[in-house]
Formats: sequence, structure tokens, C-alpha cells
Amino acid sequence: MPDYQWPDAEHRTLIGKRVARVDSPDKVSGQARYTYDIKRPGMLFGKMLRSPYAHCKVTSVDTSAAEKIPGVKAIEVVQKPGSTIHWAGDEVVAVAAVDEATAEDAIRAIVVKYQKLPHLVSDAEPPEGAGESQGPISMDDLGDMLDNQVPENQIISLIKQYGLSFKPTENDLKEAKEEGVPDAILDAARSAEVHPEAAGKQKSNYQKAASQSQGDVDKAFSEAAAVSEGIYGAPVITHCCMESHGSTSEWIDPDHLFVHMSTQGVSGIAGQMAEPLKIPAANIRVHQDHVGGGFGSKFGPDRWGIATAKLSQKAGGKPVRMMLERDVELQVAGARPSAYAKVKVAAKKDGTLVAWQSRSWGTGGPGGGGMPPIPYCFAAPTQRKEHTAIRNNIGPARAWRAPNHPQAAVLTMSALDDLAAKLNMDPYDFFLKNIELTRLPNVYKEEFPIAAELIGWKEQWHPRGQNISGNIARGVGLSLHTWGGRGHSSDCDLSIHPDGSVDIKMGTQDIGTGTRTCIAVVAADALGLQVKDIKLYIGDTQYPPSGGSGGSTTPGGVSSSTRRAVVDARDALFAKVAPALNAQPDDLEARDGSIRVKNDPSHSISWKEACSKIGATPITTHGHNDQVAAKNKPDLTNSGVGGVQMAAVAVDTETGIVKVTKMVAVQDCGLIIDLRMAESSVMGALIMGISYSLFEEKIMDPTTGRMLNADMEFYRLAGLNDIPELKVHMMTGKGYDERGVIGLGEPPAVSPGAAISNAVANALGVRVGILPLTPDKVLAALNQGSSQKAGA
Amino acid sequence: MHDDEKSVKDSKELTEDRSGVSRRDFLKISTIAAAVPVVAGPKMVMAAGEQVPVHGPGKVPMTFNVNGKSYKATLEPRVTLLDALRDSLDITGAKRVCDKAECGACTVLLDDKAVYACSVLAIEAQGKKITTVEALMEGGKLHPIQQAFVDNDASQCGFCTPGFVVACKAMLDKHPDPTADDLLRELSGNLCRCGTYAGIRGAVAQAARKGA
Ligand code: FES
Ligand code: FES
Repeated sequence: MPDYQWPDAEHRTLIGKRVARVDSPDKVSGQARYTYDIKRPGMLFGKMLRSPYAHCKVTSVDTSAAEKIPGVKAIEVVQKPGSTIHWAGDEVVAVAAVDEATAEDAIRAIVVKYQKLPHLVSDAEPPEGAGESQGPISMDDLGDMLDNQVPENQIISLIKQYGLSFKPTENDLKEAKEEGVPDAILDAARSAEVHPEAAGKQKSNYQKAASQSQGDVDKAFSEAAAVSEGIYGAPVITHCCMESHGSTSEWIDPDHLFVHMSTQGVSGIAGQMAEPLKIPAANIRVHQDHVGGGFGSKFGPDRWGIATAKLSQKAGGKPVRMMLERDVELQVAGARPSAYAKVKVAAKKDGTLVAWQSRSWGTGGPGGGGMPPIPYCFAAPTQRKEHTAIRNNIGPARAWRAPNHPQAAVLTMSALDDLAAKLNMDPYDFFLKNIELTRLPNVYKEEFPIAAELIGWKEQWHPRGQNISGNIARGVGLSLHTWGGRGHSSDCDLSIHPDGSVDIKMGTQDIGTGTRTCIAVVAADALGLQVKDIKLYIGDTQYPPSGGSGGSTTPGGVSSSTRRAVVDARDALFAKVAPALNAQPDDLEARDGSIRVKNDPSHSISWKEACSKIGATPITTHGHNDQVAAKNKPDLTNSGVGGVQMAAVAVDTETGIVKVTKMVAVQDCGLIIDLRMAESSVMGALIMGISYSLFEEKIMDPTTGRMLNADMEFYRLAGLNDIPELKVHMMTGKGYDERGVIGLGEPPAVSPGAAISNAVANALGVRVGILPLTPDKVLAALNQGSSQKAGA
Repeated sequence: MHDDEKSVKDSKELTEDRSGVSRRDFLKISTIAAAVPVVAGPKMVMAAGEQVPVHGPGKVPMTFNVNGKSYKATLEPRVTLLDALRDSLDITGAKRVCDKAECGACTVLLDDKAVYACSVLAIEAQGKKITTVEALMEGGKLHPIQQAFVDNDASQCGFCTPGFVVACKAMLDKHPDPTADDLLRELSGNLCRCGTYAGIRGAVAQAARKGA
């Protein structure tokens, strides 16, 4: 049995060290090619006519004038007359022309008539009594839930509870299966009760989920020593990837499509394009070298991606490129659902949490969306929860780094922090007092003191509102979080060539998280080589498939498949070399560019010489990791990490401006492949977190139903100036390393909102409950706070 | 649009020759006047009391000096330097992100000064020295600033990186030993979504120390 297990600390040469990102030189020199940079011979430029209305019906489309413009090569009506549009900016007609300007001229020449329908873009608290209970689920509801990545078991229980308003045919189910809908959902749909009378009924914008309760909440509240109530929330924000969504498609011949796409899931794109284009997935080649950010928003080909393929088909196969313009990128290509809640929490005198009650609401656009996982991390012994999803016309939601967790953290950790303040307790003590209510108490207990030390919690923390000098109020706050992060399914081919070169082919992608580096480190570590000795081929459907980069599943997946392939290849090489060293294959090791006898380094031959004994054909092995843990023997990846973050802020009470002055993160992620990539990931998450905590919000105009700040001036991202000293500590060594590899993209992005909000509350003595913590909200909270004091 | 109206009203000189000159054309005249070397067949109009050539609206031949090499292209006068570089010359280091002077991803040097290439017309960049990120490497070796970015892991997805590298180059040419204030001022026009600012700060410090 080959020894696939991760080597122990003494036997790791590269794993766990700080290895430089292998594709950095390409990136810093402008050599890295992104989808936006692809220029194919004879390439046409695509543009999209988009709905100006947030809710309307397309009544007619006239493209005749556009067709006559010289240079216009193809026009494709994406949503035909009769289609209902649910958000402003949705796709209606696609055009390809010889250059962008001509394509824009063509868009202006197309006449589309719409019938306007009433829209809702607000996600304000649903009016009392508004909304209906969930009725039977329609085909659209189901589609929305799938698009919005509502968890599988939640969908199934809704289907079981409420039935369907339509009878799915076997053909529907087959198509759904091809689109990747899990079998369990299809089975639930097959056996669901059908209520056809509910179909076509105009639905309310407000959809109430069944309320959930546990234990005797009222009793717990009435007996508690302290009760705290508040409103907390996080608005809709956008992904704002620096490289916008888009693709270039061309038909190599009438049956074969070649696509360059900016995506987080190269291997999954062909399958999603096959159905709408009516060709087998195997006839679609997808390629991507680099991608300028995704953050959860780039998993599908999207309507504009399909449009490039259809336009190309109409233009005789010529390549068609369509990259979203910045305003469109912000309007339609990704939004994180909002979540707000009125929360009431209670504790005993010693700080023991006894009760949680919440009435929450939020929107994920037309799909409504689900309740964030509250109370987050802390399983309060008694709970009562109600949630209303708002189905509105702001555009569709997409997964955003740790879907639903950052919102849940804001709702929960803010409420708990306010409760600690009511008890006159240091939140550090309060959170630790309740740590056994979490699933990872031991991890948090180790992380808390490290984070406190890094930020200087003991010196910095004062009771609320008591660290003010002049008009500058200072405070500290904390939050904690968790995430899964098990590796996805991943396949690769690894070859060791007679000339000593090593290559790996894998249909994965590096979304800036260091995937290339991770693969190279694992391979080089096992072969006693350097990362530069490993040649990587990724980002193409011609290579073995590997999962999409979402949910922090990539490091576990690619490292496990690589490890299996490289161990097999190394063992095969040992077998070829053993006779020359007068040893058994089992006695050999690969170290420092040579193959040598363990315990007898004088018996050694160089890597090159060893490979020359391979013969004419290279050693090629295949590595596989299965997303189902039980199918991996041994399992090299794991799930379930914990992290703690602390923030220090300074708030100007005259201007209301919040500055984060320092932020620290302590994070566990099992066995770390490259400590440097891990630290960078966490730093990036802190910076993104500061950005959404202080600045970001997708602002909708209630009158027109359009996004008001669809540019990078008014949709503000944090700049260099907004970023303070950051400290990251990764948990490594005993208790962590032996768990196997776990992903890291999501978890550190969860806590910043809550930690910073808590720090601001600590500074000011009043809570600014809703992110982003902008000057207007800070000043309003201060005013309210002082008028309350005056009135008391 | 407000500004267009104001500039038209203010320019009383623009009278007789207005026939055939739209407000849009006028804007072009006011920006390209005199700066442009004469190329084939521009129309002459009176503007601000002077005869100035008007190019377009059709394509006109242009010549660029990019990274020490001369390039020719035939482009409409409305094409930006960024689009000319990327789509006509296939020099794609500078990225198009906001396309309206908000993010810095398209930063290039124009006569050694950092500019947003998305907000410079290609026709105006003629006769000037255009330097993009691609030119910083010498003989296959990374420029010390680039090496500093690598050493400090200052790129993740890397889409903002070329803009930052070029902006750093311009800053260090101007302030070889930048203070924290210089850094914040000179790099405040560049944005990164992945959150590489900590690495960028480290990179600038390293490059400044090494006298890049
Ligand atoms: S693309 Fe030029 S500044 Fe953003
Ligand atoms: S590295 Fe991705 S935007 Fe800066």
C-alpha cells in the first residue's frame, strides 16, 4: 500500500514553509494572460442591450435598423417578446460587431418595447403582517433556490412540507439532473404532493419561513439577569471583481466550440453550456490561464457567456468577446444577500447565555433567499426564530465569500456583545464563558489569548465609551467564526519524464488563492525537488477535471489528488532506481534533488540520473480525490475550522468617520501547504472585510429601480489609506497539522464586520447596528444615544 | 453633460465655423488642439481664434512610441490609449477595469508620468513616450520593484498588479525614499479587490531600500 499520508513535520521539505507564489513573476510583469486579454484572429466584439426597467415584460423587439449598420455581424435576441424581466440591466438582445463602438451603435439602433410592471427594490423591514406563508413551490421558486445555492436539505424539507405547484415530468427531471441538480432533490420533487391550483398565483414580495423554536424561550427570558435587544444588519454588497465577467467563444468547426472564460470553475463550464447550445459537453473546450477575481460570483457561463457562443455561431464561427462593462458588472454580476434582524438575547448574571429570539429579514433578489445561520456559532439553549425573505428586483444574489456567514456573524456577535455590555462584562470573558456552546471550543480557547496578545486587548479594552480624548473615541471588538472547507473532487495526471522534468495536468484554476503554488509545493515536497522544477498545466477542460473554486474546497482537493499521483510516481521511480543503488525501493527517499538510501545518504544518485533509468516512456500516474470523505483511503483533507478576529478602531465623533487602527486574525486551517499563501489569504480577507464594514453597499433607487452607485467612485472599495497594521497568526503544529488540508478562502472573511462593529460600539458607547459604518450612521447613533441619555 | 454646456457657452469665439461641428466634436477640438502632429487630411476649423485641425470622426492613422518601439495603427480619434494598447497593439499589461479614472488598473507612464490610460485619448499620446508594465523587465530579469512585489506576495489574482507596479515606479522615480505620506498620496489612485495592500506596502519599502 503506497504511503499517501502527509509526511510528518521532520519529513516535509516545502509543505508548511513560506514558498513564494509561483505565478507572481508573470503577474508583476504583465505577462499573465486573463480572459479580458484574449485576442483571437478576426475577433468580434459583443455588447448587450439591457433592460432599463427593474420589472417589466418585453413586448416587442425590432433589430432591423441595427442589422443594416455596416460592421454588425450577428444579433441574438436573448429574451424574446413575452419574457418577464426581474431586474434592471437584465439581458435582452446581444450584438457582435467588428469593434466595440460599432456594437454600441447597433445597441442604440435596436428598438425594444416594454410593459412596465411594479417593482420593489427595498429590503426594509417587512410591514407588520405582510407576507404569506410559504405555499406550494413553483418551478421558478425551485430554480431560484438552486441559483441562490440554498442548501440541499433546506430545499428538500421545503418540498416535503409544502409540495409543488406543478407536476415535474421525467423529462424535466432528466434535464435538471444534467444541470447538476442533486438526486436527493429530484427524488423529493418526484414524490412531492402536487397542488396545481396554486400555480400562476401572483406571489407576495414577502415570504415567511416557518418559525422555529427550541426550549422554553419565554421562561428563559423572564428568569434571566440581563436581556438585551437591538437591530443589526448587513446590506446587499457586490463582488466587484477587478476583471469583470465575460468570455470569448469561437466555433472551431460546426460541432466544436472553444471558449475562453473568466471563471472559478473551468471543469464545470462545458457541462453548463452544452444544454443551451445543444451540443455534447465533450465538444466544448474551455480555457483560462488567470482570472481577475471571482469571490463566489463566477461559477456559471451566464447568459452573456451563452450569448457569445450563439453570436459566434451566427457569425460563421468567428471569435466573439464580451466582457461586462463596470456598471453592468456591479448591477447584475453578483450581489451578497442582505440580512437584518431584531434580536433579543438573555444571560444569567455570570454571563451564561440562556435565550435567543430573532425576527429576521433580508433579500437575495428575485429568489428571496434563506435565513442566515443564526445564532451563529453559539447554540443558545432556548431559541425562537422567524424569517421573512423579500423577493425583490435588485438583481440575483450570488455566493459571496462564505455565503451567509458574514451576515450571521454581524447579527449574532453584535447582539452578544451588547448583552455583555449590559452585564458590564468584558466581551473577551463573556464569549469565552459561553465557548462550550460552540462546536470548536478547544480551538477557540487556544486562539483567544493569541489574538488578545497580538492586539493588546488587556491594555486597549475599556468599558464602553470610556476611551475618548477630544473628539476621538477608541475601542476594540472581537468576533469568531467557523467554516467547513473539505476538499472537492479533483483529478490529475502527473508525469516524470526521462529527462528529469515533471509535469502535472489538472483542470483546476488559480483564482488568486495560490492554487498553482499549492500543487507545485505538494509535488516538489514528495520528489525532493524545488517548485520551479514542476511544470503545471491547469485551466483547461483538456486536463482531468477538478472542482470549482468555491467554499474553500480547492486546497484540500488539489493537494490530495496531487499527493496521491506524486506518491505513486515516486514509488514507480524508486522501483526503477533501486537496483542501481543496491537497495530495495522501500529503502529509498527523494531529498535535495537526489534519490538516496535512507540513513545512508552517501548511497545516492542525482535526480536527473535517476530519471534517465525510466526508459523511453515517462512514468505517468493519475491522482484522484473524492469529495466524499469515506471514498478516500486515506482521507487527506478535512472539514471544520475556527478563527478569532479582533479589531481596534478610532472614531471621530465630530465627523463620524471610523478608522480601523489595527486588526488581528488567528485562524486554523488544518495542515498548511504554503504558510505564505495562507497568511496572504487571511490578510486579503481582513482587507475585504474592512472594506465591506466601512464602505460597501449596493444602493438602489426606489423610483427607477436601478442601482445608483454602479461605478467605483460611489461603490467604494477600501484603498491603501484605509488599511492599518494587520497581524495574522496561523495555528499550526500538533492538534492542527494531523487533521489534513482544509480550505481557507472563506473563514477569515466572516468576522470583520462583527469585530469592527463591536469595536465601534466599544468606542462610542452606542451601537451602530447596520453596516457599513458610514459617518451618517455613526452621527445618527451618537445623536440618538445622547438624546436617550438626556431623556433618561 | 453639464460641463459640455458650460464650455460651449463660454467659447464665444466658436462662431462661423460651427457648421458641422457638434458639441461632441467641439470637446475633441478643445482637448486635441495644437497637441497633435498633423496627419493625413485633418479638417481645419476656427476654434479659440485659431485654425485647428479636426480628426475623424472616421479612422485616422496614428503612430505611437510604446516601450521604445514605434507602432502604427489606424483608429478613430475617440479611441482611448488603453483600448489602443490592448486591442490594436496587443499590449495587455494595463488592464481595463472601471474605464473611467477610478481604479488605476490601466496605469501607464506618459513621458515618465503616471496616467490612467483609460482617460487619455490615443491620439493625444502620439509623440510621447509611452511606457507600460511590460517594459520594466530588463533582459528577462524583473525590475527591483517587480521583485519586491514577488518577495512581499503583493499580488493575489494579480489583475490590479500591473497598475500598482507602474504607479510605484512613477512614485519611486519622484520620491526615491518615500515617506508614508508619499506612499498614500501617490498610490491612492489604485484599488485592489483581493486585498494585497499589506504586501504592496512591504514591496514599496523593500524597493525604496534597494534604491530601485
Ligand atoms: S481602468 Fe482606468 S482607472 Fe480604472
Ligand atoms: S490582486 Fe486581485 S485585485 Fe488586486
